[in-house]
Amino acid sequence: MKLLKSVLVATALALATSSAAIAQRTDIVIGMVLEPPHLDPTAGAAAAIKEVGYANIFEGITRIGPDGAVQPGLAESWEISDDGKVYTFKLRTGVKFHDGADFSAEDVKFSIDRAMAEDSVNPQKGLYSAIEKVEVVDPATVVVTLKHPQGAFLWNMGWGEAAIVSPASADGNKEKPIGTGPFKFENWAKGSSITLVKNPDYWGEEVALDKAEFRIIPDAAAAVPALLSGDVHAFSNMPAGDALPQIESDPRFKVVIGSTEGETVLATNNKKEPFDKLEVRQAIAHALNRDEIIAGTPPGLGVPIGSHFAPHHPAYVDLTGTYPYDPEKAKELLAQAGFPDGFSATLKLPPPGYARDGGQIIASQLRQVGINLEIIPLEWADWLSQVFTDKNYDLSIVSHVEPMDIGIYARPDYYFQYQNPEFNAVMEELEVTTDEAKRNELYGKAQRILAEDAVNGFLFQLPKVGVWDAKIEGMWENWPLSVADLTKVHWTE
Amino acid sequence: MTAFLAKRIGIGLLTLMVASAVVFGVLEILPGDPAQLMLGMNATPEALANLREQMGLNQPVLLRYFNWVGGMLVGDFGRSFTYSSPVIDLIAERVVVSLPLAVISLILSTAIAIPVGIFSAARRGKAADTVSMGAAQIGVAIPNFWFALLLIYVFAVWLRLVSSGGFPGWNAGIWPGIKALLLPAVALALPQAAILARVTRSAMLEVLGEDYIRTARAKGMPRRTVLWRHALRNAMIPVLTILGLQFAFLLAGTIIIENVFYLPGLGRLVFQAITQRDLIVVEGVVMLLVASVVVVNIIVDILYAVVDPRLRIAA
Repeated sequence: MKLLKSVLVATALALATSSAAIAQRTDIVIGMVLEPPHLDPTAGAAAAIKEVGYANIFEGITRIGPDGAVQPGLAESWEISDDGKVYTFKLRTGVKFHDGADFSAEDVKFSIDRAMAEDSVNPQKGLYSAIEKVEVVDPATVVVTLKHPQGAFLWNMGWGEAAIVSPASADGNKEKPIGTGPFKFENWAKGSSITLVKNPDYWGEEVALDKAEFRIIPDAAAAVPALLSGDVHAFSNMPAGDALPQIESDPRFKVVIGSTEGETVLATNNKKEPFDKLEVRQAIAHALNRDEIIAGTPPGLGVPIGSHFAPHHPAYVDLTGTYPYDPEKAKELLAQAGFPDGFSATLKLPPPGYARDGGQIIASQLRQVGINLEIIPLEWADWLSQVFTDKNYDLSIVSHVEPMDIGIYARPDYYFQYQNPEFNAVMEELEVTTDEAKRNELYGKAQRILAEDAVNGFLFQLPKVGVWDAKIEGMWENWPLSVADLTKVHWTE
Repeated sequence: MTAFLAKRIGIGLLTLMVASAVVFGVLEILPGDPAQLMLGMNATPEALANLREQMGLNQPVLLRYFNWVGGMLVGDFGRSFTYSSPVIDLIAERVVVSLPLAVISLILSTAIAIPVGIFSAARRGKAADTVSMGAAQIGVAIPNFWFALLLIYVFAVWLRLVSSGGFPGWNAGIWPGIKALLLPAVALALPQAAILARVTRSAMLEVLGEDYIRTARAKGMPRRTVLWRHALRNAMIPVLTILGLQFAFLLAGTIIIENVFYLPGLGRLVFQAITQRDLIVVEGVVMLLVASVVVVNIIVDILYAVVDPRLRIAA
């Protein structure tokens, strides 16, 4: 009897687990706001291209993980010469592209040479600036020689734009992307959705999902019912707006607030009068009340920053107290700079909500100290040409979403028009430093210089509002890269 | 009739020519660099120059204009800057959504509006008239995106009868396709129906006040016959005008509804193309819309002549 009972229990257990295994879902629908213009990460900057393809369709020789750290990709290991200039990559074998072509060292050389070439349209061509040459030793070994040691080289090669592509299919990747990743592109219904399916010939760990659909939902008002009705299972970054508390209180969903690489700044034209005066920029910094600005820009979850650096990074230094909110001090500084009665300027705003909402609040805060801002809303194309390219602006609000982009302050002719030889020297040293502790120290120094110079009004780090079905696991909590890496995503029942 | 048609078509072609020049010119002076938009803020100047070359933006303006017009004459609308596919394919993919949506909405709105309008006119000043015109007033006033969201919450989130939006494609079958278009069609049709019902009612009232209606009634013709045979036909001219305008609107002016239901229609294509400065796509879609408005107007003109023989003679 006892035996019978245990047999029954065992059978029941076996049935329960096997039926659970059968019942486990293997498909997912992910909502995204912007449709990618095409799917070739080596030819377009739109974040949506990487959101679909990164780590899913395309892989690089290295990759960046959910914690922002470099992990092996198509290269399983590497050796670095003592002078830090020669990287020898040992590549994985038995890897195939989705069209059946074999992956080898030749493809790595082809991809890097193509991105560096004279006629390249790679939006991050700068990632390759330190590379001198790429040599194929044998099908599984490739040697990259740098012009000078570069601390961030392995990290650079993990960007979405550094995807390894095949010479046979590279030109068709915009419409039919062919990579080496665990998912294959299946279909793109323009304006609607992009569907990926599991790649049965994948070299690495098998993914749990058989099918993933990225559904394009451009309107924030439509995103909420799409989630509530169960049509969409997950948003990496949901435009939930005011509906977030409603979703949070619903046990069917998980809301995970994470960090992004988006430093939101009050961009300032440092060469234009009166912003060329340090006192004026300091006055603006003292006049800004970050808590109020964050609370007024839905979803109100930004993290205050005092310099151009992401708070989740180990090298982050909290500099929010450099010029604390103090309108009286701001007025004094303005008087010292020769503007006892303040002045008027323009504030040119791109379309995102953080800029349009934040702009209203900033304009009213600066009015308190006598700076009258005329708000000029612009669409992106207009913003890029007027503000970014022609530098025809006083102030603007924009989030700089490229990862670890503090180096933009050293660029000659960048739209902030900031020039400081001391800062540039730190950046030059950083470029060639490979020691992690030393790099973090230099990053700290760079953050301090920018904070003290009050180059821009440093506002807040853009949050990532992750929302997904409570039964889904493996989505990224933070966004060291704005991607939707599905390799670890699975349903728990 | 042939002379009438020839004149109409001639005017239509002239409109298209003028429109092509205006559309091209306006987009030419629109600020913004398509290459910069594609490659973003970290792009190197060389990469930007390469892309401009690839897109053909370095050629002189007039050359580009004539290439474009010449291409269209032989059915070649050019290739999209952002999507690397031919413009005509992009448009075709969207028309199969937008056209059925427009037709379903128009049928719905006409089926509701014309009987309601006639009914109200026939019972002018009575309770039924007040109620139906009150409802129409509300229909005109409600913003259609709000009405659309209401429909979504009731039918998709609460009752779960349909999905909250999206379009499965006609490959998935006729019924799933139509099902996906039903809620958007209702959301589009009701405000249109409200306008149309009011127009129908006032056109009918005007006709019903005419002497010949009184004569018809006086000679003992039944009320119903007078209403449907004599009054309605003469009241059709303003109704047809509004219908023509509404069809053109439903074909492309539905961007808000397309966004709320995330439908891949023409409105969203053109909106997306404008923000991405995919000028060749914008130009192609606008020309198509101009052409459809011209065609609809010609059809409406012909229908005028059908309902009113006097116009045939005048032409």
